Amino acid sequence: MLTIKDPARGLVGHGVSTCAGCGLELAIRVILDILGEKTVIVIPPSCAALFSGYGNETTLGIPGIQGNLENTAAVAAGIRAGFAHRGMTDITVLGMAGDGGTVDIGLQALSGAFERGDKILYVCYDNEAYMNTGIQASSSTPLMASTTTTPAGKLVNRKNMMQIVGAHGIPYAATASVGYIEDLRKKVAKAKDADGPAFLHVHAPCPTGWGYAPAKTIEVAKLAVTTHCWNLYEMVNGKEIKITKQIKKPAPVKDYLVLQKRFKGVTDEGAAEIQAQIDTEYANLERLASLAE
Amino acid sequence: MLEGNGAASEAMRLARIGVVSAYPVTPQSPIAEVLSDYVSQGRLDAEYVRVESEHSAMSVAIGAQLTGVRTGTATSSVGLALMFEMLGVAAGLRLPIVMPVVNRALVSPWSLWCDHQDSMSVRDSGWMQFYAEDCQEVLDLILIAYKAAEHADVLLPTMVCMDGFFLSHMSQAVMVPDQEDVDAFLPFYEAKNLKLDPSDPMFINNLTPSTEFMEMRYQQFEGFNNASGIIKETMAEFKNRFGRGYQPVEAYRCEDAEAVIISLGSMSGTVKHIVDQYREKGKKVGSIRIVCFRPFPTEDLLRIVPENAHVGVLDRSMSLGAQAGPVCMEVRSALSERRPDVRVQPYVAGLGGRDLRPVAVTTAIDQMLEGTFNPAAQWLDVNENAMTIRRYTEVA
Ligand SMILES: Cc1ncc(C[n+]2csc(CCOP(=O)(O)OP(=O)(O)O)c2C)c(N)n1
Ligand code: SF4
Ligand SMILES: [Mg+2]
Repeated sequence: MLTIKDPARGLVGHGVSTCAGCGLELAIRVILDILGEKTVIVIPPSCAALFSGYGNETTLGIPGIQGNLENTAAVAAGIRAGFAHRGMTDITVLGMAGDGGTVDIGLQALSGAFERGDKILYVCYDNEAYMNTGIQASSSTPLMASTTTTPAGKLVNRKNMMQIVGAHGIPYAATASVGYIEDLRKKVAKAKDADGPAFLHVHAPCPTGWGYAPAKTIEVAKLAVTTHCWNLYEMVNGKEIKITKQIKKPAPVKDYLVLQKRFKGVTDEGAAEIQAQIDTEYANLERLASLAE
Repeated sequence: MLEGNGAASEAMRLARIGVVSAYPVTPQSPIAEVLSDYVSQGRLDAEYVRVESEHSAMSVAIGAQLTGVRTGTATSSVGLALMFEMLGVAAGLRLPIVMPVVNRALVSPWSLWCDHQDSMSVRDSGWMQFYAEDCQEVLDLILIAYKAAEHADVLLPTMVCMDGFFLSHMSQAVMVPDQEDVDAFLPFYEAKNLKLDPSDPMFINNLTPSTEFMEMRYQQFEGFNNASGIIKETMAEFKNRFGRGYQPVEAYRCEDAEAVIISLGSMSGTVKHIVDQYREKGKKVGSIRIVCFRPFPTEDLLRIVPENAHVGVLDRSMSLGAQAGPVCMEVRSALSERRPDVRVQPYVAGLGGRDLRPVAVTTAIDQMLEGTFNPAAQWLDVNENAMTIRRYTEVA
């Protein structure tokens, strides 16, 4: 057994080598705080792997395994099946993967586990690119964001991952944000208790990849929500959608864009195009939410 | 009566696997089907995870085995290729997962039929590899594999390979041992090294610096070294209990032989039959069968290859760009320093489902008896149109 050298208050040790102001770091601390010690975590290669540790040191006080980029859901499903065989049903099996490991290369394994109804809690922390390999675009990278593989801005819109997850009809799915910690906590608790697979899509701003000052992570995260660039809602059984944070007077998208270097090249027309896209998406979401009422 | 696939499923049932994850691929599919049937009938107390790919099949097996449960999966050909990334993970995590591999050619071109390119392509992945000659051996070698692989000084995953269709779909009389006897041979599984357990937390498989990586590879290397002896002990114990004896490498009529054919899998039956015919004519011919390809039984081979023999190795796959196929390269490297008296001729035969026709074997034996030698692989029983078949030509 590995010894934990520096006991922290939570299940995540001090001195993790994430960048200052990392949204993911905040997310994982909150999530493990709610889930508690009876949790096993699966982490793929990604910035989250900084929590796996290095050599014979780890930052986590719970058992875990670093799997591969595309199989977080499958490894978690295997762990769940092993525990089920041994009658150990009170353990949460958590997959904690980035957007690349989820919406791109890991989509197949995730879909398989959700279709089978494997009781795993899958968290996709979304920093909207492949950060760990040097800020390359993923299919969760938003329209017109510049990355090292979309230097002139991404030409196409991001994938709607929640709709894909919803198509599986799993008991609980929700979006969340590190800008709204109480909301995140509640959703983690619900996901933990779901009667089947659960999915959390957590917006996790990344100062390094997005190009803003580390101190502004919460501000950026909140602005994403108040501009409707990231909407907070729950989806039960794939269809009952409930918006958990209604924004009475949404701010213009531009307020969010100007804070981040990755949108530096976006022209006024570009910003208008993004605004239109965001408005359409929000209208869609409201329509779906109204169906559930 | 059982087919090779049925023998494999029976062995896995007897080993009391607790989690099954398998994805259908010809000619392995019956294993996945039968195991799921056993689970639904309650004949096997296991969780059946109906995975969406072979990559996930191995990922599930790895996750489950880490909770301290014996797992079962099986695959073939392109499925094994898709698993490749996870084979190294299972090996590096020292998980004694046992997996039947139903040998089938790799694409391209597409083929549903037997050769060894699939399992030979993963011979360096850190898995032990056994090759069965008949259906009884499929069952027996799987039980032996679990026991040897789980030994604390071994902890290596193991492939038990059987020739697609030739064994997987061939009905033969198979003795299925009693559950109590198997339980006595193969005790309840416990995770011996890494495990996922909230009461004893550890983080598995994180980034490892170069100051430790080599040492951990070295541990695997030592695991293989230990396995050589432990496999023999396990085979001896199996014989005591079940009456059927095996060895990592088997010699047949090799004493005084001038020409010896080395082969593995179901080819060996044909070879032995032809050896008998030569012996009847007074010709000094023998056969050696490699049962355990990883770890390679170098010392045993050195002992049983007769003095001054011409050795011909039948490879059912080819290492393209090399002089010889993988089995031959292995035999050559085992014999090169310490047996300057023998000459090793590489042969390639039986690819993509081609039967090992007697003419292929007799051609090889006759060449060896004549003393013909060519350091590069000789392809046996290849049609004359080999260089014109499917060749694109411009229509005038
Ligand atoms: C099969 C495979 N391909 C590529 C990689 C290289 N790789 C490691 S991390 C990573 C990016 C992951 O991005 P994401 O999931 O968004 O996590 P982030 O780094 O942004 O936290 C990639 C491509 C890999 N580990 N495995
Ligand atoms: S690159 Fe971004 S996500 Fe990765 S550690 Fe730094 S801030 Fe966190
Ligand atoms: Mg990312």
